[in-house]
Amino acid sequence: MKYCLVKAIAVMVCMTLTPAPTLANSFITLVSTTSTENSGLLDYLIPKFRDRTGIDVRVVAVGTGRALKLGEMGDADMILVHHRASEENFISNGFGVERREIMYNDFVIAGPPEDPVNIRGEHETIRALTLIYEHKLPFVSRGDDSGTHKKERELWALTGVDVSQYSGNWYYETGAGMGATLNIANGMRAYVLTDRSTWLSFKNRNGLDLLFENDPPLHNQYSIILVNPERHPHIKFEEAELFANWLASSEGQQVIAEFTLNGQQLFFPNAQLQ
Amino acid sequence: MNDFSQAFLKAAQLILQFDEGLIEIVTLSLQVSMTAVFIASMISLPLGAALALYKFHGRGLVVALLNTFMGLPPVVVGLVVYLILSRSGPLGALGLLFTPTAMIIAQVCLIAPIIAALTRQTILDANDECHEQLRALGARSSSMMGTLLWETRYSLVTNVFAGFGRAIAEVGAVLIVGGNINHSTRVMTTAIALETSKGDIELALALGMILIMLSLIVTSAVMSARHAAYKIYS
Repeated sequence: MKYCLVKAIAVMVCMTLTPAPTLANSFITLVSTTSTENSGLLDYLIPKFRDRTGIDVRVVAVGTGRALKLGEMGDADMILVHHRASEENFISNGFGVERREIMYNDFVIAGPPEDPVNIRGEHETIRALTLIYEHKLPFVSRGDDSGTHKKERELWALTGVDVSQYSGNWYYETGAGMGATLNIANGMRAYVLTDRSTWLSFKNRNGLDLLFENDPPLHNQYSIILVNPERHPHIKFEEAELFANWLASSEGQQVIAEFTLNGQQLFFPNAQLQ
Repeated sequence: MNDFSQAFLKAAQLILQFDEGLIEIVTLSLQVSMTAVFIASMISLPLGAALALYKFHGRGLVVALLNTFMGLPPVVVGLVVYLILSRSGPLGALGLLFTPTAMIIAQVCLIAPIIAALTRQTILDANDECHEQLRALGARSSSMMGTLLWETRYSLVTNVFAGFGRAIAEVGAVLIVGGNINHSTRVMTTAIALETSKGDIELALALGMILIMLSLIVTSAVMSARHAAYKIYS
């Protein structure tokens, strides 16, 4: 019995230390935002790319801030993020090359169904946020330097309200992912800015309603950037470029367009065809 | 209460269907944590015993550090291991980041201090009890360590289990160094965190129940092995 146990452990050790055979000849690492991963888009898209090229894509899903950091450190071959200013900064610092816009959707504001200040009736994001501020109603922020968080701070900046001084008062910074933040907003009956794909694929939203949408400032553009191979020679640049090219090709764009959840399209392709 | 019964049904369903995704993450969880426990034990059992038996300069400090490290925050361990294994870090060339090996390294760092500190105490107590006896039988300090480790083996199993419990349950470290990559580095705890963040509380809870069941199975298997061995040797 005892030797059985020792043997079992030894087998486990050997199994772990020998690299598992992978179906694909090679793989590339993509760091993406949680929205693209959690919605199931990448699970839908990657097998199609793998079938075509034999290259597997491993996805690490984090916020845009951390995604850019991982790219800077050379821990990914490419990044799929959604905050233009940070992306351009990333490239001008020499960390990345070949930024390509791939697809878009939009942000929405969710909140308690009773909507005490009636942002449902508003047409401008700035006006909706100002109402929340004026009545000091709870608003939950990602607070994690993600693309959604940066967007939200930009929108607050447009209203002229310095929300950081109200942190912990009526403006709550969770420092967590979109899903975790929606869970918190649900529990607190608070307003929250979320990307539409996370909202639609999120399951625990019976205490939240979609209250505000369809305003140009809420546009949400996703881009892919390759990590600069001159900074990190180990980067699988050719394979990564193949993936980026495929995403931007008419085939890749069509795959993005046909991905739906409960009959609703989550991402809209808008790459410039080459 | 409805959530719990729903989750329980879901858990039963996943198990009975031999859900492929589930089997994959359960297998990886066990592989990673058992390997980490094995490696940590190889280091920590002799280390803990040596700290109990040998006097040397600065031993107090080492013991204090070890006891402190029993409570290492997993996220901090994850960050440190990440910085070391990152392509820009000292061991970056090995390309270990976002692999099961990286997760094993992080878990070894987390549990080795636990096993070592508990082992030190076990050996210390045993030594107090039978030091005179062993001396009288002519044991030298070098053979004393082996003898005491063997004599306390049943208690040491519990120490090793404290380490296993920590390894299989932690999420902070493996999330950072493993990356929670589907079909590659996703384990039970990171899957639970993921499903919670997707708002699928039911599935998250079901996975949680399965994780606890898993710990129960492993623990009972080892406990009965221990019991059988105890019968044979005594």
